Amino acid sequence: MSATTSAVGPSGSAPSAIRGMLDFYATVARAGVQEQFQYRAANYLYMVGMVVEPVIYLVVWSTVAAANGGELRGFTAGDFAAYYIVWTLVRNMNIVFTPFGWEHRIREGQLSGMLLRPVHPIHYDLAYFAGWKVVAITLWIPIAVVLSLVFRPTLSPTLPQVLAFLLAIWGAYVIRTMLLFVLGMVTLWTTRVTALFELYFTAELLLSGRLVPLDLLPTWAQRVADVLPFRWTFGFPIETLVADLSSAELVAGLGMQVLWSAIGWGLAMWIWRRGIRRYAAVGN
Amino acid sequence: MTDVVVEDLRRVFRVPVREAGLGAAVRSLYRREHREVRAVEGLSFRIAPGEVVGFLGPNGAGKTTTLKMLAGLLHPSDGSARVLGHEPWRRERDFLSRITLVMGNRNQLQWDLPVVDSFEMNRAIFRIPRPEFEAARDELVDLLEIGDLVTKPVRNLSLGERMKAEIVGALLHRPQVMFLDEPTIGLDVTMQKRIRTFLGEYNRRSGASVMLTSHYMADVLALCERVIVIHHGRILYDGALSGLADRVAASKTITVRLPDGRVELSGYGHVLARDGGRVTIEVPRTDASRVAARLLNEHEVSDLTIEDPPLEDVIERVFSDGDAAAAEAATAPVPPGPTG
Repeated sequence: MSATTSAVGPSGSAPSAIRGMLDFYATVARAGVQEQFQYRAANYLYMVGMVVEPVIYLVVWSTVAAANGGELRGFTAGDFAAYYIVWTLVRNMNIVFTPFGWEHRIREGQLSGMLLRPVHPIHYDLAYFAGWKVVAITLWIPIAVVLSLVFRPTLSPTLPQVLAFLLAIWGAYVIRTMLLFVLGMVTLWTTRVTALFELYFTAELLLSGRLVPLDLLPTWAQRVADVLPFRWTFGFPIETLVADLSSAELVAGLGMQVLWSAIGWGLAMWIWRRGIRRYAAVGN
Repeated sequence: MTDVVVEDLRRVFRVPVREAGLGAAVRSLYRREHREVRAVEGLSFRIAPGEVVGFLGPNGAGKTTTLKMLAGLLHPSDGSARVLGHEPWRRERDFLSRITLVMGNRNQLQWDLPVVDSFEMNRAIFRIPRPEFEAARDELVDLLEIGDLVTKPVRNLSLGERMKAEIVGALLHRPQVMFLDEPTIGLDVTMQKRIRTFLGEYNRRSGASVMLTSHYMADVLALCERVIVIHHGRILYDGALSGLADRVAASKTITVRLPDGRVELSGYGHVLARDGGRVTIEVPRTDASRVAARLLNEHEVSDLTIEDPPLEDVIERVFSDGDAAAAEAATAPVPPGPTG
């Protein structure tokens, strides 16, 4: 069809797919930054509240270490402090679109709006929350300084460790986005999915390194954690900075993150294709 | 060339049902019952480029379900549809980049951002080259006169302001097919008029085809030459708006203005209203010309108009005829089944 599209005709060519996608990511991430800075007070309170959790773990484990003669399976109080202060940043990197939000997304018609866009919704989630990370890291820095002054972490990472950490926190972010996208999509089949989500989060809490460093778990539990994705979203990024990992271990860990990202992507796309056929969009 | 081709399109929803009460709740634990809701039952129609089609029907007729299938939000249960040569539910990039769906009262802009930033996001989403985007944005903002609103966050806009911003956002990528689902719902009369004037102007300028649902007949009268009326998921009428009254309305109204307001006109038809010398009479449709001629011959008439009944009344008549047909079909004798 060659209908006149406008009084103002096309005056430029569409960008290439890659450039277009980069532009999309940059624009949506920028929107994420703008929106979240508008709610900086709420974000800060949220972050301060979130610090309570690792501080409790830190105090408990430091006390146990002290009662055990100053260390527990090689962890000193300074090591625990380093682990849980880095924890606070990794936890922030782990915040992605919650599966609990899918019901709202469907009920309020947001999913319909997303389906009308020529970009898969998972790209929107990845880009938007990546923008949020900029805000989170900015707000995290003073909290980390205060925690460091109070708890005196033992932390002396090498340059390869720092580089691996910078990659690993984004790897963790990508894996968790994929997994929670998959989990949230269960809502397309049934709306009452809270119990399933809680089950997932409990397994993640125990087997990711969030509740306790994985090195403190029994060996069999560590083996289980190795073959599940949770560790690569939480324990591994922390360990890249605080543990004494060799270069080979760092590369292997990053490789596992790539593998789980690919599995998560494949799973998300596979379930999406099936789930969206069931999407009723009634009244939305 | 046809923008929209729909053949025997159907959509059935399977919905759980349960009687009220604790017993029914317990029974539903081990035996869930469902019933099928046939929202769309075999629609077939075509829309040519540049055509503006009113898609009318009472609540629950299947209008929104049809629009959602044509916009790619829903998979049909059966039948086929092609929009700009694409199967909508595949949601290919080329398809989504050439259509839009605007739903009244549904926000698709970024709630917390200034309107202009939402537009910027749409630029990136639809990969609109910047010069083209800026030209489109400025033109649309100008047409809808929202220049002073674009720097405000979406959440601070009134419903009417937000609807105008929504429409601009939905048209930035210059869609060739527009699905508009109640675009003026909840707006005051002035805002409704502004939006329908804009939509008409946009259609003339762009040559885009438009499929519009609205419960406001003023929208339909102002924009649509053709209407498709559906009820219970089936088409009751598809044709010129002007032909709808011819087909279903049994009467016309004749309004005459006479110098002497006391003249008795009940012999010409059913007098609907009398306001001084202005008298409105309802007459059988086939008699309208003859009655008008008699009035002109027998009285000193200063003005005379013959009109179809209001569109609302015509549409209501179509729906009630549709209900009667459905009831008749439901009570028709069932043919004997196979034996043995």
